[in-house]
Amino acid sequence: MSQTTQLLVGTRKGAWVYRDDGARKAWRAEGPLFLGQIVSHYVQDPRNPRIQLIAAKTGHLGPTIFRSLDAGATWTEASRPPAFPKASDPQTARAVDHTFWLQPGHADEAGVWWAGASPPGLFVSDDNGATWESVAGFNDHPMYGKWAPSDSGTPDGPLLNQIVIDPRDAAHMYLATSTGGVFESGDRAKTWVPLNKGVEANFMPDPYPEYGQDAHFIALAPTNPDRIWQQNHCGIYRLDRPGEMWERIGKAMPSEIGDVGFTITPHPRDADTAWVFPMDGTDVWPRTSPGGRPAVYRTTDAGASWRRQDRGFPLEQGWFTVKRQAFCADEADPLGLYLGTTGGEMWMSDDEGEAWRPIAAHLPEIYSVVAAPTP
Amino acid sequence: MNPVWIPSQLHAYTGGVSRVEASGPTIDAVLDDLDRRFPGLKFRVVDEQGRIRPHMRLFVGRQAARDIGAPIAQGAELLIFGALSGG
Repeated sequence: MSQTTQLLVGTRKGAWVYRDDGARKAWRAEGPLFLGQIVSHYVQDPRNPRIQLIAAKTGHLGPTIFRSLDAGATWTEASRPPAFPKASDPQTARAVDHTFWLQPGHADEAGVWWAGASPPGLFVSDDNGATWESVAGFNDHPMYGKWAPSDSGTPDGPLLNQIVIDPRDAAHMYLATSTGGVFESGDRAKTWVPLNKGVEANFMPDPYPEYGQDAHFIALAPTNPDRIWQQNHCGIYRLDRPGEMWERIGKAMPSEIGDVGFTITPHPRDADTAWVFPMDGTDVWPRTSPGGRPAVYRTTDAGASWRRQDRGFPLEQGWFTVKRQAFCADEADPLGLYLGTTGGEMWMSDDEGEAWRPIAAHLPEIYSVVAAPTP
Repeated sequence: MNPVWIPSQLHAYTGGVSRVEASGPTIDAVLDDLDRRFPGLKFRVVDEQGRIRPHMRLFVGRQAARDIGAPIAQGAELLIFGALSGG
């Protein structure tokens, strides 16, 4: 019997699980989980698929982490959710508004999870998310106030929106933020340096600053972790380490489409292939599909060229917005791609982006979609 | 002891119960006592710096509470409400 896929869906009003029939043809919805809670991320542990974590808050209540150790059958709450240290001046002290990103730790570090928060904060757990500690190496870095100014960020607040771990070395990590761009650590989060050379910040007096960029999404190529893909506020970039100068591969996108978007999804088996979901970044930044015609664009040559894939999407009046955690791939062959829209629709392709079809509608605003094997 | 009103937003912690009792010389201490009985409740009402969260409202009797360090008289009622928070 073939492996079944599940889609873990976080929305502004709760979480859902969609399970396939083993052929990715029919999908069955389960949920809602935590109806009414704002779910920023819902993630399964690849090291132990029975462990799942959900980052949640509500309009009224503060943030927390819900945990399941039995593949979602039962849930408990973190006894100590991510929180900044108590400060001497409570009026200016930081408090976690919401946890935005949940990152299972390195394959060799069972039980370790990392979390990114708003305002920008890095937190770590070594007990499968039961208790969390503030990571002083970033949160108390002397440059924190410049890397994460409190007056900048997204409509939902400034973000530490991603944590990426080198699969070859648990101590080698990258962060993406909406306030300072990308940062790198070689000592397991004790120290950090900006990694933004060549990345534009066209909203700053110096458009190529050392830090201050808005890194919407970064991803390592799974078969070549020296390659980093980045969908930035100002374009699509690629960096091949140990190089430090990002290349704006979005320059090869059609000019009428541009290279603005929230997310980029690499192919799990081909380091030269990735997909983006462009959005309109003209004038007042509608952040909808350019021209009302949704499409993904695929590169198979590391960003030297891009090809439009839109079969199945609306040909007109399709004003999709896809947030940074809502576009993902499974690991099947041919690859399955999944995206969730802020209008509560989920779409998939089971042929590496050639054709798309809707698999869910009428959900609340979708924040995150994670494809994972059913335990 | 102090009677405490628990709003619907926190019923997941109290098993659906709206009226409970807790004790302490300050609002903070009463919330700590509540948190011992209903783990996790306090952090969803008060942030890690001891500030009441923006969309929560606390009253002692009919008096709005701004500072959880304020004393609360034995027997006074603490009311926790979820305020307006958008759609």
